[in-house]
Amino acid sequence: MIDKDKLTHLKQLEAESIYIMREVIAEFENPAMLYSVGKDSSVMLHLALKAFYPAPPPFPLVHVDTKWKFNEMIEFRDKRAKEVGMELITYSNPKGIDMDISPFTHGSALHTDIMKTEALKNMLDIYKFDAVFGGARRDEEKSRAKERIYSFRDEYHQWNPKEQRPELWNIYNSKVKKGESIRVFPLSNWTELDIWQYIYLEDIKIPSLYFAKEREVIEYGGAKIMVDDDRVPKDLREGSTKEMVRFRTLGCYPLTGAVNSTATTLPEIIQEMLLTTTSERQGRVIDSDLSSSMEKKKMEGYF
Amino acid sequence: MSNLIAENIEEYLKEHENKTMLRFITCGSVDDGKSTLIGRLLYDSKMIFEDQLSAIVKDSKKVGTQGDNLDLALLVDGLSSEREQGITIDVAYRFFSTDKRKFIIADTPGHEQYTRNMVTGASTADVAIILIDARKGILTQTRRHSFIVNLLGIKNIIVAINKMDLVEYKEEVFESIKKSYEELADELGIQNRYYIPVSALKGDNIVDRGDNISWYSGDTLFNLLDTIDISSSTKEENFRFPVQYVNRPNLDFRGFCGTVASGSVKVADEITILPSGKTTKVKHIIDAGETSEINRAFAPMAITITTQDEVDIGRGDMIVHTKNMPRVSNSLKVMVVWMDEEPMVLDKTYDIKISSSVVSASFKHINYKIDVNSYKRVQVNELELNDIASCKILLTRPIAVDSYQINRQTGSFIIIDRATNNSVGAGMIVSVSRREEDINKLSNKSYTDAEKALNKYIRDNFPEWNCKTI
Repeated sequence: MIDKDKLTHLKQLEAESIYIMREVIAEFENPAMLYSVGKDSSVMLHLALKAFYPAPPPFPLVHVDTKWKFNEMIEFRDKRAKEVGMELITYSNPKGIDMDISPFTHGSALHTDIMKTEALKNMLDIYKFDAVFGGARRDEEKSRAKERIYSFRDEYHQWNPKEQRPELWNIYNSKVKKGESIRVFPLSNWTELDIWQYIYLEDIKIPSLYFAKEREVIEYGGAKIMVDDDRVPKDLREGSTKEMVRFRTLGCYPLTGAVNSTATTLPEIIQEMLLTTTSERQGRVIDSDLSSSMEKKKMEGYF
Repeated sequence: MSNLIAENIEEYLKEHENKTMLRFITCGSVDDGKSTLIGRLLYDSKMIFEDQLSAIVKDSKKVGTQGDNLDLALLVDGLSSEREQGITIDVAYRFFSTDKRKFIIADTPGHEQYTRNMVTGASTADVAIILIDARKGILTQTRRHSFIVNLLGIKNIIVAINKMDLVEYKEEVFESIKKSYEELADELGIQNRYYIPVSALKGDNIVDRGDNISWYSGDTLFNLLDTIDISSSTKEENFRFPVQYVNRPNLDFRGFCGTVASGSVKVADEITILPSGKTTKVKHIIDAGETSEINRAFAPMAITITTQDEVDIGRGDMIVHTKNMPRVSNSLKVMVVWMDEEPMVLDKTYDIKISSSVVSASFKHINYKIDVNSYKRVQVNELELNDIASCKILLTRPIAVDSYQINRQTGSFIIIDRATNNSVGAGMIVSVSRREEDINKLSNKSYTDAEKALNKYIRDNFPEWNCKTI
């Protein structure tokens, strides 16, 4: 009897995430879910479908499209939104489009700043969401280990690590003034292994970029970058090779490093993850500048 | 474990599907080696990746305190602002897992002015690890940490007597500290205590036993965490279900969403909705995780309930078994931890969030403040940052609650300042007054004739609102 009434760790994490999502929908006026198409977003969406079953989740999916995402991500995004019957809002910063911004020519810092951080802030100003779900996890990076589940942002969308509200039990403070907002992280307590294990158990759809396949790659910025379209500068493309690779995170293709792999199934991916010795963020060019660069980005308003 | 990963990953995954979860808090001061201990747990349980390791190898030379040795503390000291100060300034959550359990560590600073962080970390923990420096024994801060984790209802305390390497691994040192702590634990009434001699720096008795402490035959910290029994007698508890959200996709479906706070419920059970007191029966239970109907649900499952009769139920209501009801009242005796720079002011109106209810309230009396070092009771008129006190609080409307000792979920609340919206305090219910008190009488509020007439009109025409006479 006692044994029967125990929930496994994944069931407990699932229940916690569902609780958080319901709490947000009950208390905020204009919530949305930041859907970034990756594995964490896929899990988050899956949990939202469960939380409000039999109704569809009562909020839109929003995607900040940097225009440099893998093409498959965009296809996957559109297809998935249609399948689940939720509204999909996409936003790209017109400033970046006007200047024809490219991570190859303008550099990763400027591209990320305009097409991600600034775009996200513009989008939030336009739609006036008072709560936005994000798929970030505390195990991803050191500055995230201190992040609240309800992360308070001021009217400029900035995060002040010293002025976060204390968060006790599972009682979340949803009070905000006009213009202020809360970023909500329902997956805070999941680890990378939990995410993969849950995807495997629940058979959750994820883009095929996570699975190894022969892909055309170049060496760029110290990482293996996939040639996803014709915008890769010719001189860089000259040295391209075909390799069996996959991605551990998904983002802008010129900024997302591939890893050599033969993992073509979920168990193989998990196996590789458990045996490997580099963390998933290493594939992201954005983090490698400074060990505290993520903290800086967060203060500026990036997720 | 790693053999199975390489040889039969599907078998490994199957085993890991059945893991349980344990949350613990680590308490210790800057010099107790707390960051080193956590770094050691992560490092020895292979939760550290090579790139993270190479980053700390670099940092160890730059800002580390261990000379050319690896400074494991750097694995956990996150924000650059605190790294420069060399202290941990906020609660950080870290993760590792074994074959049996997934662990969530609430890593909190031990410095006095950060009591609020420790309270925060302890609020979700099942187990506390209290670190004691073997050279120093029980310090004032040990008393403080022990008081706080006990106040927050943690029933299992592991006393890790650290830096044994610096006292030549002497058994007498360990035994003498253990003896003094037993007295402290008795004074506080701590239920389960465990003692382990360790050296986080050298790794003795953390994950591996090591050869240095041969006189100790008990569990290593890792083993203890893996096997410690945290299943409280939840089966005996009674069903509490705070309604979070009403799901109404169409006219035929009205589901009450929430997470079972305690106990269990079955289809056809007789239930009462509080505070209204209306009764009905459970018609369907939907397990949110499986999106399917089930016959019985238990804590902490996320579920959706439908009822046999159409009863008015909304967010903030609590569904319970008719045969076992919590008290409904607006007058509570509580323990409060004040967490804001602005002091708590008597009679000021605050918002209280308790389960899924938000209700206005004011503090009517401070019974006493507790000195967390001496455990002495002190008379005060206001509460300052990090003060812990027994108070009487009056809510503007009655709600269903339990005492924190019996139910952590339905006996806890946060206090929100209505002007700044900050979470300014945390509260734990000690007892619930049997009698409802008239908040108006206590606040000496006077009403105009028009307000009195409105009140009478409501009472005469809408008796089902249970409106009080003013």
